[in-house]
Amino acid sequence: MKTVITEEDVRYVANLAKLHVPDGQINALTKQMADIVALADKLSDVDTSGIEPTNHVIPVNNVFREDEVRPSYPRDEMLANAPMSSAGCYFVPYTFDE
Amino acid sequence: MELYTLTASEMHELLKTKKASSVEITNSVIGRIDDVDATIGSFLSSTFDSALDTAKTVDEKIARNEKIAPLAGIPMAVKDNMCTKGVKTTCASRMLENYIPMYDADVVAKLKKADVPILGKVNMDEFAMGSSTETSYFKKTRNPHNIERIPGGSSGGSAAAVCADEAVYALGSDTGGSIRQPSSHCGVVGLKPTYGVVSRFGLVAFASSLDQIGPITKNVADCAKVMDLIAGHDEKDSTSFNIDYPNYSANLIPDAKGLKIGVPREYMGKGISEDVSAVIKNVIKQYEDMGAIVEETSLPLTDYYLAAYYIIACAEASSNLARYDGIKYGYRTKDFSDLTDLYKKTRSEGFGDEVKRRIILGTYVLSSGYYDAYYKKAQQVRTIIRNGFSDELDKYDLLLTPVTPDVAFKFGEKSSDPITMYLEDICTVSINIAGVPAISVPCGVNRENLPIGVQLIGKHFGEPTLLRAAYAFEQSGFFTPQKPQIKSVKGSK
Amino acid sequence: MMDYETIIGLEVHAELSTKTKIYCNCTTEFGGEVNTHTCPICTGQPGVLPVLNKKVVDYAIKVGLATDCSITPLGKQDRKNYFYPDLPKAYQISQFDLPICTNGKVEIEVDGLKKDIGLTRIHIEEDAGKLLHEAVDGTLVDYNRGGVPLIEIVSEPDLRSEEETREFLNQLKAILEYLEVSDCKMQEGSLRCDVNVSVRPKGQKELGTRTEMKNVNSFSAACRAIKYEAARQIEALEDGEVISQETRRWDDDKGKSFTMRSKEDSHDYRYFPDPDLVAISIDEQWIKRIHDELPELPRAKVERYIKIYNLSDYDAGQVAGNKAMADMLDEAVKLGASAKFTCNWLLGDISKILNDKNMEASEIPFTARHIADMISLIDKKTISNTAGKKVIDELFDSPRSVEQIVKEKGLAQISDEAALLSVVDEVLKNNEKSIADYKKGKTNALGFLVGQAMRLSKGKGNPQMFNDMIKRKLDSL
Repeated sequence: MKTVITEEDVRYVANLAKLHVPDGQINALTKQMADIVALADKLSDVDTSGIEPTNHVIPVNNVFREDEVRPSYPRDEMLANAPMSSAGCYFVPYTFDE
Repeated sequence: MELYTLTASEMHELLKTKKASSVEITNSVIGRIDDVDATIGSFLSSTFDSALDTAKTVDEKIARNEKIAPLAGIPMAVKDNMCTKGVKTTCASRMLENYIPMYDADVVAKLKKADVPILGKVNMDEFAMGSSTETSYFKKTRNPHNIERIPGGSSGGSAAAVCADEAVYALGSDTGGSIRQPSSHCGVVGLKPTYGVVSRFGLVAFASSLDQIGPITKNVADCAKVMDLIAGHDEKDSTSFNIDYPNYSANLIPDAKGLKIGVPREYMGKGISEDVSAVIKNVIKQYEDMGAIVEETSLPLTDYYLAAYYIIACAEASSNLARYDGIKYGYRTKDFSDLTDLYKKTRSEGFGDEVKRRIILGTYVLSSGYYDAYYKKAQQVRTIIRNGFSDELDKYDLLLTPVTPDVAFKFGEKSSDPITMYLEDICTVSINIAGVPAISVPCGVNRENLPIGVQLIGKHFGEPTLLRAAYAFEQSGFFTPQKPQIKSVKGSK
Repeated sequence: MMDYETIIGLEVHAELSTKTKIYCNCTTEFGGEVNTHTCPICTGQPGVLPVLNKKVVDYAIKVGLATDCSITPLGKQDRKNYFYPDLPKAYQISQFDLPICTNGKVEIEVDGLKKDIGLTRIHIEEDAGKLLHEAVDGTLVDYNRGGVPLIEIVSEPDLRSEEETREFLNQLKAILEYLEVSDCKMQEGSLRCDVNVSVRPKGQKELGTRTEMKNVNSFSAACRAIKYEAARQIEALEDGEVISQETRRWDDDKGKSFTMRSKEDSHDYRYFPDPDLVAISIDEQWIKRIHDELPELPRAKVERYIKIYNLSDYDAGQVAGNKAMADMLDEAVKLGASAKFTCNWLLGDISKILNDKNMEASEIPFTARHIADMISLIDKKTISNTAGKKVIDELFDSPRSVEQIVKEKGLAQISDEAALLSVVDEVLKNNEKSIADYKKGKTNALGFLVGQAMRLSKGKGNPQMFNDMIKRKLDSL
């Protein structure tokens, strides 16, 4: 398999990842991505038919927590790291969807 | 002999016999930091006052003839990707330049409970992404053996600090070699434990299924001691193993007799430098002389390690690092027109190039239409690699390989091309993919006197055997690491 | 115009009534001050890890068993990645390909026709925080709801009308209430749904293009949204337009749906298994334990009410559809009240007051004991039906014993013949014209005279006794 990486691909993915790629860098980044993806493409040589994917390297299951309330953190402590807060809340620009 | 040059085991003896106090020891190490850190650049932040407070507490306990924990009163450093309550935890990123956690990582809580003086937080590659500590937003860390060279990475600050006696030991984290590779480059001992042995709670995630915290120490006995402190089940980490943990120190015997060691030939082939290859061959011979049975063997899919590793690691990273959006904590861009602009500018300004590159790759391999070809495929290949290791480790007690293809390189030498940098991890990433433990032990130097390490790989939960084999080698006298000569450039303190 | 059929599928989100959030120990309690029910885990601080609340899986299995679902032997949790300020980690932990429950059904009955509505799946996930649009120049984010456990119940496109949809939602809500896994309080947002609507010409096999409407916050809003959207689509088709598959926002105030600003990336969620969480393995024993805990469910209750209580199909369905009412009915019957009378009170006066006061049956401030006592007094003719209504009013205002109310308000009926006789004599003395009318065969004159007697006794006389006594007197004249 040989995947062709276009500037369009990089732009699409950068947008998904909420990263801004300046026009001046798109070319270089696309080239780097193409190299890395070419490395990743090597995997298509491996026959993996019938092989289960490993989600956990040592299989464990059923790790649970009991439903017991513990105190939450003081709001001031939680908001102390927020770049902007107001009225006990984190503050962001308008999110209206229209 | 300066106190700061001693190992943790030696210091513990001094404390127990009241020949030195913890305050004296801690002050000695702080003095060393003042002397050399302007040159080495390990520390991102220091917490000397609280370290000395802890030291005082320990001294009081000793004065009252109370029993102290094996690492109590012995000062150390923590990689800056483990959360410390009230103390900046930056991941060496502009993104978290001013982030002050409101909680302690599980390992940090364990250190505090054991009365361990924490000297500060040490440098690393940004978000642990890199092999040279060059991607740190804040500063360079230099290899104490040759300050023109990188200390390795991503736990470069941890390894350099221990190597330069700026900390008696340090905690690092290892996602694809980030403990072992800098340990090898700095000539210290570094262990990546079995996945699930040390709690990841409070370790700022790079790639959750690969990340593991481990010790970087001056010798193997100290490594076992640190493991005794940090290993164990943590109910806050779902992937932490709920088993009976051994006493790692108690099982240390300098005896390699009868150990079956496999040497995968793929790790000794092309790409490995002549000097490294020659040293490793001598190590093999030494093990045979010590009564171990060494055989050449083979591991599957070695050509595919890097591909599988970068797909899995970047995919997980792209999701793990999505939370840095300028809303709850961390960097936020100054000017933005709307929400999307806030996100994009914040993330583009807050992250460095390597981090962004990996986020973009990770996003790509998970994106619509590519999941099966990349991520799922990589997880399937992971199964084959893991099974390959299991099969070999059924046959052998441990496997032996180089840690890195060559010694520490010069600044800038590999940073222009990501792939060249990725090749630095060729011997280490598979261990994380398989989740097995591996240790880097100093075993020689190259022609320029730069350290070389040997990697021993164990079975899942096989740390005791690994430590025993490493200890036997260290005690055999085959190689005695030399302390680096560091020109003191008095810091501002 | 062609005849069209509306095809409806629902995605219902129900907040589970566990004590703590799905991945941390913060309380799920509603109504706390903003950002006071949070911790490093539910705000996605760097380095934190989730640990699954076992109750959440218990509850999901419970709902699955109550809706005839298959329970997966192996479940996993996946990350759904997207950026939004209400999602602190920028991914929601949900379930992608191995949900806890699949392939179930809920039976509904509309106009006497029974029909099974298929459930595709039920999965567990975490709720997002709340965006408050109160500030002048931006949006405030409150993470108290962030991490509260949800189940998402996805139906097959089996619904064909607003009535069916309303009935399905009622049934589903009743099931969740009976199982006590969700508060189902629409106004607190603990039950929400997304509505998928498409239309097709009657007789056509393949489905039309569907649109998904978000932000539907009540059952009646769901019905309004369906009606609007079906009409909109039919009109568009009739005009020769093509329906585009899209997500629309329902604005209940305006009674319209709007295209949401199209986000090119909004559907590329990059699901992958969450590496911080491990597989959920559900064995027979676990399923059996939950199965043994299942209460009597609405459908079984309806059958019992019809068979044992002799209620009409309609009444049985109405009462069983509301857990609080059904509990009251069963309890009152246990205390000796007639099922029929209790049911009449519940569906009659009590429901009317609830409606007027905009209250849920679960908020009724008195108990089944009060109803049983009241009915018993009516049975014993101690109070009249009219007085019974007053008792209920009083109970809503301030609950206290029925006897006390009857005493305080002087509601007891006079059934002492001697005491009533003077009233009867008085009435007959003053209404000679009515007596004459009665004698002429105008039997409704009797009713008038009884009414006069009631008025004279200030409503306390036993009307039946008045009736009998007056009739006896008239007939003997």
